[in-house]
This record gives sequence, structure tokens and C-alpha cells, in this order.
Amino acid sequence: MIRLKALLIKEFIQMRRDRLTFVMMIGFPIIQLLVFGFAINTDVKHLPTIVFDQSLSQDSRDFIASLTASQYFDITDASTSYQDVTDHIQSGKTKVGIIIPPDLSANLKHGQSAAIQVIVDASDSMAASSAISAAQMVGQLKSQEIILNRLQGYTGKTFALPVDVRIRPWYNPDFVSAFYMVPGILGIILTMTMVMITSMAIVRERERGTLEQLIVTPLKTHELILGKIIPYVFVGYAQATVALLVGILVFDLPIRGSLGLLYGLTSLFIIASLALGVLISTLSKTQMQAMQMSFFIFLPSILLSGFMFPREAMPLFFNWLGNLLPLTFYLQILRGIILKGVGLSVLWTQILALVVFIAIVLTISIKKFQKKLA
Amino acid sequence: MYAVEITNLTRRFGEFTAVNAISLKIKTGSIYGFLGPNGSGKSTTIRMLCGLLAPTSGDATILGLDIAKDSEAIKHKIGYMSQKFSLYDDLTVIENLKFYAGLYSLSQPEGKRRIAQMLALAGLENRQNELAANLSGGWKQRLALGCSILHNPPILFLDEPTGGVDPKSRRMFWDIIYTLSQAGTTIMVTTHFMDEAEHCDEIGFIYNGGLIASGPPSALKSSINGLLLEIPTPEPMELLAAITSRQLPYLDIYPFGANLHVLIAEEHASRYTPFAANLISPSLEDVFVHLVKSHRKEVLA
Ligand SMILES: Nc1ncnc2c1ncn2[C@@H]1O[C@H](COP(=O)(O)OP(=O)(O)OP(=O)(O)O)[C@@H](O)[C@H]1O
Ligand SMILES: [Mg+2]
Repeated sequence: MIRLKALLIKEFIQMRRDRLTFVMMIGFPIIQLLVFGFAINTDVKHLPTIVFDQSLSQDSRDFIASLTASQYFDITDASTSYQDVTDHIQSGKTKVGIIIPPDLSANLKHGQSAAIQVIVDASDSMAASSAISAAQMVGQLKSQEIILNRLQGYTGKTFALPVDVRIRPWYNPDFVSAFYMVPGILGIILTMTMVMITSMAIVRERERGTLEQLIVTPLKTHELILGKIIPYVFVGYAQATVALLVGILVFDLPIRGSLGLLYGLTSLFIIASLALGVLISTLSKTQMQAMQMSFFIFLPSILLSGFMFPREAMPLFFNWLGNLLPLTFYLQILRGIILKGVGLSVLWTQILALVVFIAIVLTISIKKFQKKLA
Repeated sequence: MYAVEITNLTRRFGEFTAVNAISLKIKTGSIYGFLGPNGSGKSTTIRMLCGLLAPTSGDATILGLDIAKDSEAIKHKIGYMSQKFSLYDDLTVIENLKFYAGLYSLSQPEGKRRIAQMLALAGLENRQNELAANLSGGWKQRLALGCSILHNPPILFLDEPTGGVDPKSRRMFWDIIYTLSQAGTTIMVTTHFMDEAEHCDEIGFIYNGGLIASGPPSALKSSINGLLLEIPTPEPMELLAAITSRQLPYLDIYPFGANLHVLIAEEHASRYTPFAANLISPSLEDVFVHLVKSHRKEVLA
């Protein structure tokens, strides 16, 4: 205990002296979140839109109002010709053109389907896909309303649709991808800093020769490893807190589940990442090697954990490979608690996975870390 | 009786044999000087004794504890100062000392007392709060020594503690070594300095990984057979060439600073009278030059 305490005091003093690194560790999450959060905002709202309304009816006005209400479209221009619409889009003045046929009301009245044309500037694919999906949704919602009204008109009774077929994007009703991204970025940031910090911390002692002096003392391997993990749990928590604050303040991230649970489970992930760093440091001889091996962890963490691509769509092998990464489980925990508000009863498999991961990695590290130089 | 006993200790790095079947014994309470040219295997030997490197073969015991089996128990009994400064540059003097006091689990009043003693010993009382990085060579070495003997180890391994240190600091350092030795500590110290070697109770000379001579300095010196002549000359190499070309008899001949040293058999002494040669008793350096040369001849033969 005295030995571990001495080691912890030393680590904290060194951390305090190394201001630059400390500031970076706290500044890093803020910058990453802002950059990623805004840049990877895959949903594009308030697209400048031109409308060519040939119908000029109550129905068309209703439809346009629904488009505006969705916030995806800002009607900036009204047009009087086809040509005008194409010109606007080609010149980039507007991103979307909506053309309502003259026979809209007539068709609706006669129970025929009405074709509304949506022209999108697809050179900006993000904008295009979000405009298309938003327009489709508005269209569908409108159709249902019309069908419902018509049924009521025929029968004089009030109807409710037997099945509510509305597309309701669960957990993220606004399609706000920042919601989805922020927890992911938090996970990525923690992975990067935690793995890198510990892997470098031990290798640095090896390179500087200070490890040699530690080895000749009665310090035990597990004490050394704990001494390198515990101080950085605090750093991990500082990062997580900063990241969550930015998420809440800048991106209006809702925390639907228990914040206490989120914090508690974050410790599991931090320890898992630190353990991974320790393992790397036992395998590498130089800081360069440690750095390279850390990157070897980052790439799959970004690609296979579900941060970038949905894991359901992955080939079986890669899906399985992703299960070896702690980030995979932490992302499920994060998104589960933050976006879905779920609790322990849902997340216990992920918790178990992290605990098993920590146990295995730490055991290998302690076995592998010989108190020898060569 | 013997604090350290080494038998056939060997360490290979791949194909290369850094330490080759070394056997030696160090008497409890004595100072053992470990000498040898660069790369001869001094550090490797000490690292094996301290449990930093596993021997490839051979055995060694420290206070009766086997270095292979009881390495953890040995750690409480040894102090080690590595050749390269291995404390924390970004900690202050006192923080480094406190850290090592903690690693050796010194309990509180004892820890404080030992740290104060070490500060006094190293003359660092007034520089407690300076970063180790800001200390110059000699101070650093004394701080490192202080950290390695905080726990009062009965055996101390010092790997070139005075390398790159000014003569005054070297003296101070050796004063500390004597004090420790008088208090009963067994010390094994490597050095390049012959004057330091003279102060050891016993010396081992290691060359190319093998121990080629060991014993007290006086015994090593008297192991040289023949008379050693010193001929002062501004051009030792030319004189050497002159003597060899005249085919004068000698056992060994080599330049030695601003002199030429010639080792001869007693009966040939008269042949050298024209050179104004002085008869001298061999220094340790003479012994080592001689040892290395005869070792090389053996290897060639
Ligand atoms: N970890 C290692 N891997 C490979 N070779 C090594 C290793 N450590 C030492 N050696 C080699 O073993 C030989 C002996 O090295 P050692 O450090 O013991 O010499 P030394 O007598 O202490 O020399 P110096 O006076 O320069 O300190 C050297 O040739 C060195 O290159
Ligand atoms: Mg050495």
C-alpha cells in the first residue's frame, strides 16, 4: 500500500508538472467534439428551396406549409416557370426545387395519386439525401392525412388509422445526427487518449532508464500497473465530463437515462482502455512502437465499433472482430443511456463484456510484464 | 563471509556473449572494484546480480539468496545505482527521495529520518526543492546514491558512479563510499579510473566478457614478473622503434604517457643503462596493459 501510494503521488506530481499535456488532454475533447459534431452533421436543415406552385390551391398551400414546418426546407423563392426552377438550382441559389402540378387538387379530389416533383442539387449528397428523405416523409404524412379525411368524408365518421404507419425516427426524432455522433466521439476520444497515455507512460520510463531503477526496488508488477492506471482514470473522467458538457451545451444532447449509471459504466470503459494501453506497453520497446500499436487499435475502433458504420450491415467476420473492442460495447452503453434512456436490465451484456475484457487484458499484461529489462 | 558468490555466470545476447563464465567472490564488508574497457561486460554482470537481466547460465548468490530463485527477496537487500542517471528529472530532489522511501516501504518517522540523513550525506540540504534535471553531474550522482541506499542495504552495486564527474565530486563520492564500507556495507563498484581502483580492497579485471585477473591491488601488482623500467621521452613511439630495431631484450614494451615502459628480465637490466631508465614499481595500469596483452597472446596462440 505504501508503495502504491508513493507511485500515485509521483504520477500526480508529474502530471501536474506536464501542463501542456494536461491542457491538451482536456482541450482535445472539446475541439474534437466541435469539429466532428458540426462537420459530420449528416442531416442538413434549412435548405434554400424554390417552389413552383401551379396549383395555387388550399391543398398545395397545406403541403408547402408542412415542408416549411419540417425545418428542412426554407422557401426562399416562388417561381413561375420550370426554367426558372432549373436556373435557380444550377446557379446554386437554391438547393431544392419543388414543383406542384396544376391538377393537384383535382387529382386528390378524384382519389388519384398526385405527383409532386422534388428536384435536388445532388452535388451535395448529404443535402440531397436529407432533402429527399424529408420530402418523402412530408409526402407520406400528407397522404395519410388526406386518406383519413377522405374516409371521414365518405362515411361521416371519425376514423383513426388502424395501424400508425408514420415513420417515426425513434430516439432521434429530429434525425439530429449530432445526437448520434456526440456519444460516439466521446467514446473515440477516450479510446485514443487512454490507450495512448498508458502505453506511452510505461515505455517512456523504459526509454529514459527510470524503469531500471524501479525494477530493482521491491515494487510489484501489479502495483506498477495499478499506479499507471489509477491516475489516468481521473483524466478519463475529466475528459468524459468535458465532452458531455459540450454535448449538452452546444448540441443540446438530451441525457434520457441515468447520468449516475453513465458515469459508473464509463469507469469500466476507461479501465478497459487503460488496460489495453498497458498491454501495448508491455509489448513495445520504444515510444514509437507504442504509438504505432495504439494506432493499430484506433482504426478498427473507429471502423468496426459502430461509430462510423452500423454494425448490423457488416460482414459476419468484421462484426465478430468488432466484438473484441471495448468501444463497441461502450458505444452501445452510451447510446443506450443517452438516447434511449435504458438501464442496467438492458445493458448487462455490455457490462459483462467490458468486465471480462478488463480481466483478460490485465492478466495478460501482468504475466507479460516481466520485471526484467530483456 | 562472502556477501556475493558468482560461479560461471554467463549472459548471451543472441550469438554475442557479453559475459563469459565469470566466477568471483566478494567478502562481506569489502569494496570490490570491477574494471574493464568499454563493452567488456561490467554493466551486464551487475544487472544480472540485481535481477534486471536473467543469466543465460551459471549461478550467483547474494547473502546466500539465489539470484534466479529469490530475486524478490534480494531486492530488499541491495542498492543499485545504474550507469545512466535513472531518477525522475521532473521531480525535485526531495520528491525523488520521498518516492523511493515509499517504494522501500519506509514507515513514517524512519522515512523522514533517512531522507534527512541522505540529504546531509549528499550535501543537498539546501537544494531540496530543485528539480533533479537542474542538478549538475556530481550532484545528480549523489542524489542517485542517496535514493539507492535509503533502505540501508547491506550490499550496494554502483555502476560507474563517477563517470563524467569532476575530480572534486569524485573525491566526495569516494568519501561516501568509504563511510558506507566502514559501516559494514559490501560494495561492488565499476570504474574506469585507476586511482579509484587502487582504493578497493579487491579488484576484478574483465576483458571481452571474461574475468582475466582478480585480487587485492598489491597482489595484482606483484604478479608481474621482471623489472619495470620507465624511460622519460618526448617521443615514446620513436624510442620504442629504436629499441626494437636494436633488438634489445624485453618482455613487454609500451608507451605510457610521456614515458616508455619496458618490462625486462632481471639479468638484462645492464643493457638499458644508456637510456637513463628509472626502475619503478608497476601501477595498476601497467598490470592491466600487461594482462590484456598476455591475454591476447593466449587467445592468438
Ligand atoms: N540488451 C542488450 N542487447 C544486446 N547487446 C547488449 C545488451 N546489453 C549490452 N550488450 C552488449 O554487451 C556488451 C557488454 O556491455 P556492458 O554494458 O556490460 O559493457 P560495460 O563493461 O558496462 O561497458 P561500459 O564501460 O561502456 O559501460 C556490449 O558489447 C554491449 O553492446
Ligand atoms: Mg557499463
